[in-house]
Amino acid sequence: MAIKKRHLMLGNMACVHGAIYAGMKFFAGYPITPSTEVAEGCARELPKIGGKFIQMEDEIGSIAAIIGASVAGVKSMTATSGPGYSLMVENIGYAYMTETPVVIINVQRGGPSTGMPTKGSQADTMQARWGTHGDYTAIAVAPSTVQECLTETVRAFNLAERFRTPVTVLLDEVIGHSREMVTIPEKGELQIYNRIKPACKPEDYVPFEMTPNGVSPMAGLGEGYRFNVTGLTHDIMGFTTNRPDEVAPKLDKLAGKILNYRDETVKMRMEMMPDAEIAFISYGSVSRAALQAVMLARKAGVKVGTVQLYTIWPFPDKQLIEACSGCKKVIVGELNMGQLVYEVARVLPDNIQIHAIQRYDGEFLTPMQLLEKLDEVI
Amino acid sequence: MTQKFLDKIEIPRDRFELRLSGSGGQGMILASVILGEAIGADGTKNITQSQSYGPEARGGASKADVVVSSSEIFYPKAMKLDLLLAMTQESLDKYYPDLKENGTLIVDETLVTEIPTDNYYALPFTRLAREEAGHVMVANVIALGAIGAITGMVSHEVLVEAVLARAPRGTEDKNRKAVEIGFREGARLLKEKTGNK
Repeated sequence: MAIKKRHLMLGNMACVHGAIYAGMKFFAGYPITPSTEVAEGCARELPKIGGKFIQMEDEIGSIAAIIGASVAGVKSMTATSGPGYSLMVENIGYAYMTETPVVIINVQRGGPSTGMPTKGSQADTMQARWGTHGDYTAIAVAPSTVQECLTETVRAFNLAERFRTPVTVLLDEVIGHSREMVTIPEKGELQIYNRIKPACKPEDYVPFEMTPNGVSPMAGLGEGYRFNVTGLTHDIMGFTTNRPDEVAPKLDKLAGKILNYRDETVKMRMEMMPDAEIAFISYGSVSRAALQAVMLARKAGVKVGTVQLYTIWPFPDKQLIEACSGCKKVIVGELNMGQLVYEVARVLPDNIQIHAIQRYDGEFLTPMQLLEKLDEVI
Repeated sequence: MTQKFLDKIEIPRDRFELRLSGSGGQGMILASVILGEAIGADGTKNITQSQSYGPEARGGASKADVVVSSSEIFYPKAMKLDLLLAMTQESLDKYYPDLKENGTLIVDETLVTEIPTDNYYALPFTRLAREEAGHVMVANVIALGAIGAITGMVSHEVLVEAVLARAPRGTEDKNRKAVEIGFREGARLLKEKTGNK
């Protein structure tokens, strides 16, 4: 077997390659540090494969454009950072309501407001879940290495297509702006999921049909199927409704199509967990520091492990409880003033002590800081 | 209170950590990318290149880390440096404490005057760039050549290839020359130093 060529690649660029691998053909965006290289990469790469890149007037236009493109049947993506994501949340809600698959890359930086453009953060963790108003269930995934920027972007597209819903990829500046050795997978190596198209005749098409798994086949605009798309609460034909017996089922569909199949969304990495008495729980770049800390602490004889979350939303309740069942204590590490820790506290039983280490000064949690915390709580 | 363990922690030995530091605009980030691409050219090593910089395009402190390992790189940033390149006094003062006890220190003696150790390599990168290579902008490439010669991590040929892959058209000769100067001067210093032992 030939050795695959590995490249030194920027995290943001690996997202571009992941998206193209997944079948993205349209990107609309508005450049913002630290996500700009995603837009630059798409502008360079999409024309080569017959795709389209457009720089919009702002982030509101960008998310609107990719929703429109996806309704037309094209896998679409945008990339931004906190300030841009804040502008997008209204239309992300529109994508939830209209059940339109799109991928939004959020390379998190310091906030609130314009904050610190060049400094990393994980302070948009809750925004990815609760950013837009109303009742809905969100999906968000998070890579921790440059290779995973590629694979998690592929996974984001697959989840978006599988569940007909927007998916957020939560990067942070550290991962987006790091370069690491990346292998681009061969065609067929990673599974690609495409939205289900209607098999019926156009005149029989029910655009928001109540299917057993809650996901309705999605026709592309211009393929001969007629359908109405609205952000107003709608019936199975896509027309506005206020009827209680139609409204509740619609909202149940939005939540149920994901929550009833949440095991399909879960992805975790566990290291040194079987005999661990203490576990670090984290995601993204913090998981890299946690892995390092665990490897060093193990050499010093401490029974510690690490649980890394690749899927943040929906939160992997059941799997986290199982993973930590042998632990007496957990330490939740994050680059914010405490967001993930609320979920961990909600999920874990009372007999597990929960500790937190948080950093929000624009710098990165180091293995030594995690080890000091471990030493303190041990 | 159970037994504490922090004094038993050892810095991992399966990593080689380099930091290129200076002032914004000196090309430290680009140099670190080129260095990473040169070290990674044969595809056998794991490499993480990362940087820290401010929002300004010129001035301000700028640093870039390259971590090299044959195993999985857990923590992507440097923990304790094996090599520090300091192109300014400010960056030397700021990052010298991060250097391992016997780590390699390389400074630009054009701009650095106070060095807190006797164990270092000093070359006038900025002056060499201006006077011998023909443009002050290639000081970073001369420094890369010196790093190549002093550490043996990259060969002259591989570094030239990596530099030219990133060099704007029309600057090839200056950059080729810069690598050559760096390797020449780095090798000379290395010889002096090892010869003195």
